[in-house]
Amino acid sequence: MSKTIPDPYLYLVVAVGVAVVFPLIPLALAWLWRRCFQPPKPGPDKNASYECGIESLGEARVQFKSQYYLFCIIFLVFDVEAVFLLPFAVAFTRLPVGAFVAILIFILLLLEGLVWAWCKGGLDWTK
Amino acid sequence: MITSLIDEELKKDLREQGVVVTTLQEVYNWGRRNSLWPLQFGLACCAIEMIAAAASRYDLARFGGEVFRPSPRQADLMIVAGTVTKKMAPQVVRLYNQMPDPKYVIAMGACAISGGPFKQGYNVLKGIDRYVPVDIYIPGCPPRPEALLQGFIELQHKIDHQKLSGPGKASFLNADTPSEYPVPAFGAHDLEPPANPDVFHPPKIERE
Repeated sequence: MSKTIPDPYLYLVVAVGVAVVFPLIPLALAWLWRRCFQPPKPGPDKNASYECGIESLGEARVQFKSQYYLFCIIFLVFDVEAVFLLPFAVAFTRLPVGAFVAILIFILLLLEGLVWAWCKGGLDWTK
Repeated sequence: MITSLIDEELKKDLREQGVVVTTLQEVYNWGRRNSLWPLQFGLACCAIEMIAAAASRYDLARFGGEVFRPSPRQADLMIVAGTVTKKMAPQVVRLYNQMPDPKYVIAMGACAISGGPFKQGYNVLKGIDRYVPVDIYIPGCPPRPEALLQGFIELQHKIDHQKLSGPGKASFLNADTPSEYPVPAFGAHDLEPPANPDVFHPPKIERE
């Protein structure tokens, strides 16, 4: 007596079908309801993208000044380096030579960035 | 069918026998009145009472109105809770315009109704009904949460009696009823215009 076992993926197919139909039914009902009863009433205020009651001012696309790259480099030097320095200091005595050299190169690279930012005047308070 | 084709007496008799007969209109209104989503929007001290009404002691959730929406796109009901200054009035009207139909307005407190104690002031709008149609007025300064609850229930009754079709159908279902009203401009001395004549119908005072 052999009982045919349905393909295990059959359930998946059924579930996908249900997942597609389930949200479609209320959407179709809402669409039908609108067709039968509710006349659409779009308008300039309703179609506006801003929804806090204030009229939007200016452009949505704001450009940052490219001079901010100095802040970016200094952030990398002081913040990201500190994040790596802490575990480096903790594991210092157990590090193999290769890892020590790698972290040294990393610090040197960031130090170079610091020197460069310094020469550019990125560490001055005001100009 | 949509509206009541079935006799009311027959419906009542059937219900007594355990057979529920209903109309699409009834189900629609039942759903709408029990899930009124107010706009999360407070202007002055009335807003404190509104918050109290929404919190656990008075619990607006019992009537389905606890889902305060931070966006007008998702709200059905605007509770104008507090003093509407002339600076704020254009924003209130614009928020009303951005709400989808059907939408309702509760003017909560003396200020929202008429300007209240600040009516003589230079900077207070003398009633939000000058610019948007108000469904329910709740007097008080400020009204207690119970008063807001009663106003809310009154609005539910109003929704319950709105018709889907036929001669007396709800006005928001008419294609020519506007959904947006002109936003007043904040002028040098007053809002321009000072009232929307299509909306504002003050009672005529008969003097001898």
